Amino acid sequence: MTEKSDHIPRHDTRTSILSSARAAFPLTLPIAFAWFFLGLSYGLLMESKGFPHWYTALMATVIFAGSLEFVTVDLLLSVFNPLLAFLMALMVNARFLFYGLAMLTKYRGTGPKKWYLIFGLTDETFAVNSSLEISERDAARGASRGWVYFFVTFFSHGYWVLSSLFGSLIGASLPFSTRGIDFVLTAMFVTIFLDEWLKTRRHSSAAIGVLVSLGCLLVFGPNAFLIPTMLGMLAIFSVLYWRRSASSASSANSSSSSKDLLS
Amino acid sequence: MTMTLLQSLLMIAAAALGTMCTRFLPFLVFPENKPVPPFILYLGKALPLAVMGMLVVYSLRSTPVLSAPYGAPELISLAALVAVHLRWRNMLVSMAVGTILYMVLIQTVFA
Repeated sequence: MTEKSDHIPRHDTRTSILSSARAAFPLTLPIAFAWFFLGLSYGLLMESKGFPHWYTALMATVIFAGSLEFVTVDLLLSVFNPLLAFLMALMVNARFLFYGLAMLTKYRGTGPKKWYLIFGLTDETFAVNSSLEISERDAARGASRGWVYFFVTFFSHGYWVLSSLFGSLIGASLPFSTRGIDFVLTAMFVTIFLDEWLKTRRHSSAAIGVLVSLGCLLVFGPNAFLIPTMLGMLAIFSVLYWRRSASSASSANSSSSSKDLLS
Repeated sequence: MTMTLLQSLLMIAAAALGTMCTRFLPFLVFPENKPVPPFILYLGKALPLAVMGMLVVYSLRSTPVLSAPYGAPELISLAALVAVHLRWRNMLVSMAVGTILYMVLIQTVFA
């Protein structure tokens, strides 16, 4: 299977890329599974509204954001208003702003690939890439962080476009019931959350995320709670940061000069 | 389709542009060649887990907890998922167990 070498492994670019693809693939399996059915239903919807196949594939390729594409189907069937489409996209996908902030340092130094990584930032690629850890075995084979990020995004993008196209082409429902299949996304988020929770010692930010979201969900309802949640988290983290830097500044005056606020 | 082809393509372009704004903005505001303010670095460390928590709530946001079956299929499936994950720590297995159990529950017991 793997070549065994006694000397220090030196990987050329091609080996590194292939190893990264191999490391990324299993991480994308839950996405493949979930998006196959989600993309299928989007393709079926587009087909049922009379859009041509290439059109469905084009929209899946350039927008690459599941929920917005379902919204856009409705917009395309109403009146011509690009400004509305633009604003709708901003609002529906405002959470991506947060993913960008969270991935800012992780996506650093990945070269030109970075632009594609940003283009392909979705709930799912964010979940996988932000919790990414390259196993020693994959690292020994030459897998690199940037390329694994790339392939997680690329494979996911591919699943989405192909399954949308497939749904548009078959244009009829599947012979078995897929009711509840979309729960795989919930299962993925919960599993990643749990796994990260178990790996970290401090749970304050995880708890803040859950509690603020739940609070806002109760107050603002399921369709309008994301933006207040994000503002609320931002406010809480600002206060925590401010208090932390204030306390570390005072301790720096009294005893040691600790500069690192993040540790 | 009520719009012309060009019009609907422009609509898609506008939606894509709006989406790209949300994705690219943080990276354009804080480019690699400039130092990132310490507060943003702090957010970069604190946010991933918090946002993951938000995603969990987001993906469960439409669960009907006030009417039958009171979110029972979700609760049972996720409890099983957590138990399996604590025991075996295999992400794919945990997700598969949670999802399959949920599908079986809503198609049979809670149908």
